[in-house]
This record gives sequence, C-alpha cells and structure tokens, in this order.
Amino acid sequence: MTTLTAKDKQTVKAFWAKVSGKSEDIGAAAVARMLVVYPQTKTYFSHWQDQSPNSPAARKHGKTVMMGVGDAVTKIDDLKEGLKELSQLHAFTLRVDPANFKILSHNILVVMAVMFPTDFTPDVHVSLDKFLAALSLALAEKYR
Amino acid sequence: MVEWTDFERDTIQDIFSRIEYDVVGPAALARCLVVYPWTQRYFGGFGNLYNAAAIKGNPMVSKHGTTILHGLDRAVKNMDDIKNTYAELSVLHSEKLHVDPDNFKLLADCLTIVVAAQLGNEFSGEVQAAFQKFLAVVVSSLGRQYH
Repeated sequence: MTTLTAKDKQTVKAFWAKVSGKSEDIGAAAVARMLVVYPQTKTYFSHWQDQSPNSPAARKHGKTVMMGVGDAVTKIDDLKEGLKELSQLHAFTLRVDPANFKILSHNILVVMAVMFPTDFTPDVHVSLDKFLAALSLALAEKYR
Repeated sequence: MVEWTDFERDTIQDIFSRIEYDVVGPAALARCLVVYPWTQRYFGGFGNLYNAAAIKGNPMVSKHGTTILHGLDRAVKNMDDIKNTYAELSVLHSEKLHVDPDNFKLLADCLTIVVAAQLGNEFSGEVQAAFQKFLAVVVSSLGRQYH
C-alpha cells in the first residue's frame, strides 16, 4: 500500500514545487481544521495557553509540520531512513498515536482542495495521499 | 438519535442547495475510482476506467455520480431519522450490490474533498465538521442492515 511509483514521486515533487510557497498557510489551515473537526486532537496541546485553531501556537505548529512534509519530499526515495530522527521524536518524546497521522493527512488534503482546486486533480490526490501514508508509516517506524 | 445543532442543520441545507449536483456527483465518484482504484470492482459494466482521463470522461460514471448525490437528498430532508430513511438502501447495498461498507467512507472522503474545492474558503473548519458529521451518519446508516 505504500510503495511509491516513479509517477507518484514525480507527481508529488511537481505539485510540491507549485504549492510550497504557501506551505505556512497550508500548515496553519490544516492544523486549524484538525483542531476543529477532530477535537480529540486538542489533547496533545494542553500545554498551549491558547488552544484556539488560529492561535499563534497553532499557526507555528502548522509551519513546523509543513516544513517536515517539505523535508520528506526531498527524502522521498527513502522515507524510513530520512525520517529516522523525526520518528524517534514522535515515538519517545511526543508519543502521538499514529492514528492521528491519518487525521492530519486528511486535513492537509482538504486544504489542498480548498487552496488549489484546479491543480489538486484526482491524479495528484492519489499520489499525495500515498505519499502522506508512506510518510506516516515512516514516522511510526520507531514506535515499537 | 443524532443531535444536530442549528448551525449543523443550516450548514447541511445550505451546502446541498448550493452545489451543482451534476458537477459534484460525477467529480466525487470519479475521484473515488482514481484515488481508491479497488472501488472499480463494483463497476465492471461501466466500460473504460483505464486511467483518470477515461474515468472523468466516462458517461456512465457521470450519470451514476449524479444518482448517488441525489441519493443523499433524502437524508438532507430527514436529518432526524437518517437511520430509517436508509434502511432499504442499506439492504440493497448489502444483499444485491454486495458493496463492502468500508467503501462508503472512501466515497464520503472524496465528496468532502470535491465540496471543499467547490466552496473554497467558505468550507471553513466548522462547515467541514458539520459536513463530515452528516456523511458519517449516512455512512453508518448505509452499513446498518448488513449481516
């Protein structure tokens, strides 16, 4: 389910090249949506004074997450190796239940549809969905 | 029984009064067939589903997409009893069509994406939450009569 074909990698890189300029906005919007649509995800951010979806902390977190996604695009040929340290961070420090990776991925896709309706074609959608799934798997690699 | 806030009721009525059924329906089904290609198993008689372009241009896909979307009308009109509204359709999907109910969620996700693309920034987080809640109730009702 997570082997990316050459076409997938090409599609993801090309789409990312188009949208990466807005990566902060994408990240902020995806995190905001996640906090609103899946309120259980707020449990990971109890340390934020302001847990509202558009707070400075939430925006900053969106930026951080998308920087990770952008980095993963450059490591698309070996995500497991490339995301080794991030996986350790999520496994031992953050301990985010991997089910949440799927939730955030879904919201990233929704944001792509909202912000780039003509570019986010079904072909781009399937490759990006596969990429985010592969990314999530690589992030969960060190969990157990 | 599902509890709906006024915001949720208004949002659902609003979305379905605004979307173009013969654009959104076909786009959602086509997207589902591309993004989750195993769903093509239910459409053996639809002819050419070889690639995204073929799926998008396939008139049977378009027609069926519109049909499916209109199928949601009854839920939109009967939000307080979606479960019973879809009892018969659930039996149909189980006994006659033999559709794995996991597929309902896949189509619902594609519908969310297509509506998001149509409504743009008006598809706020709150609107998305209401829409996804509505679709979750529909999906659950459609799977209820399986045994």
